[in-house]
Amino acid sequence: MREILSYSFMQNALLAGVLVSFACGIIGTLVVLKKMVFISGGVAHTAYGGVGLAFYFGFSPVLGAVAFSMIASFLMGTIQRQTRQRQDTLIGVMWAMGMAVGILFADMTPGYKADLMSYLFGSILAVTTADLILMLIVDIIVIALIALFYKELQASAFDETFARVRNLPVDLLYIILIALIGLVVVMLMRVVGLIMIIALLTVPAAIGSLFLIHMKHIMWLATGLSLIFTTSGLLLSYFFNLTSGATIILVAGFAYLLALLIHRFCKPCQA
Amino acid sequence: MNSVESKTPQNEPLVEIKNLTASYNHDIVLSGVNLTIQPNDFIGLIGPNGGGKTTLLKIILGLMKPKAGSVRVLGEAPEIGRSHIGYVPQFAIYDSDFPINVRDVVRMGRLNQKKLFKPYTDEDDAIVSERLAWMDILDLQDRALRELSGGQRQRVYIARALATEPDILLLDEPTTSVDVDAQSKIYALLREINHRGVAILLISHDLNVISSYVKTIGCLNQRLFYHSQKEVTAEMLEASYGCPVELIAHGLPHRVLAEHERRHQ
Repeated sequence: MREILSYSFMQNALLAGVLVSFACGIIGTLVVLKKMVFISGGVAHTAYGGVGLAFYFGFSPVLGAVAFSMIASFLMGTIQRQTRQRQDTLIGVMWAMGMAVGILFADMTPGYKADLMSYLFGSILAVTTADLILMLIVDIIVIALIALFYKELQASAFDETFARVRNLPVDLLYIILIALIGLVVVMLMRVVGLIMIIALLTVPAAIGSLFLIHMKHIMWLATGLSLIFTTSGLLLSYFFNLTSGATIILVAGFAYLLALLIHRFCKPCQA
Repeated sequence: MNSVESKTPQNEPLVEIKNLTASYNHDIVLSGVNLTIQPNDFIGLIGPNGGGKTTLLKIILGLMKPKAGSVRVLGEAPEIGRSHIGYVPQFAIYDSDFPINVRDVVRMGRLNQKKLFKPYTDEDDAIVSERLAWMDILDLQDRALRELSGGQRQRVYIARALATEPDILLLDEPTTSVDVDAQSKIYALLREINHRGVAILLISHDLNVISSYVKTIGCLNQRLFYHSQKEVTAEMLEASYGCPVELIAHGLPHRVLAEHERRHQ
């Protein structure tokens, strides 16, 4: 164990696990409670278009992913709120188009492209100090904004019409939330990859909301669970020489199944 | 704090709707609707599904723009005046699994723009406790909402609406998916609320349930038939439902309502 910790890439990876867990637990809880799982998946996959574009034009893939995920957030958010029909179809189409753009630009980029895979499937072991700083900044933004609008976000997640009648700024809150989802998606991209983000974002919060009834408590539990999943997944992948992102997701997935079973058969655990 | 203080001068109507027309795309849902809600009113509006009941509530709440006509809520535009309205949305729209306890739901009634960036105060907590007590659910305050029965939940939503300290309560089908005993309990509590000085407008497709509790009844099916009376005439029902009274009023035509009135006098 001490040997693992002596590697600087491992230290960075473990630290990345800690940093993403806060954003993941907090934003994941709102995603689950506000039923925005599908739209979050859409934002994550569309971000790949930005990665491909960045490769082709030779700028930072993180920057490309941020730009694409922000644009996707606002477009999908607008579609979800304004279009009465076929919103899931529209989001699904954008989802696939984003990926397609990424793939085509990657094809057109000359040279070795294995690195592109790391954005799809994650590469927590390749996290750099710059990535860690970016993660820390996202955490600070997430925690500050959620703390500031906690009551109102909870009220609009629970019953948006009532919140609107109370003249709460529900549209602004929605924009803030979806922009934060976009940021967290880019942050998680390094850890589990764009394809699997949706599981790490939602599983910890979904488990929390099975057993707890205070949003704040669910956020804390989700943060803790997310930390457990990333750390144990990372260690398992190290010892068994597996892909880290996929291992983390499988740990989370099995934990969710276990939680569902416990919730189903343990009556006193239900809240 | 034991009674809801009216913030309005006497005799000013709480809601004043004149010549209202509303439509979705090209389908007219409401036309020529006039309605005045005075302090202390307890109005029940009945009408068939699709008769424009929910649309009327949406317009009063400023959630939808009318095509023509004027709507004033305490003398102001609905978007502003609605802060004096306690709204109880239709039961079925809630996510029944949402993890939250009863007290936290009712406390949402204390939120408004002024509350942004500020914590709840002791006064908020006192009002929340009082409204929970009004709805007879103070003992349920720490329970998970998702564990409660339909009737208990509906009382939570009414308590949340009352926590806004409204002048008027608007209820959209308050007793759908609630069993008969719980329905009577809810209507009895609403009558108490009305006695405390909160005007009530509720809409329902079921004449039977509301007829024994409200003060006045109107019928709404695109047009509104309302004369500030308790009596529902066969003509009102036929005009609004467009079919013979006996078929739609479950064998409870107007004369039974009139008998009910006499018994109370």
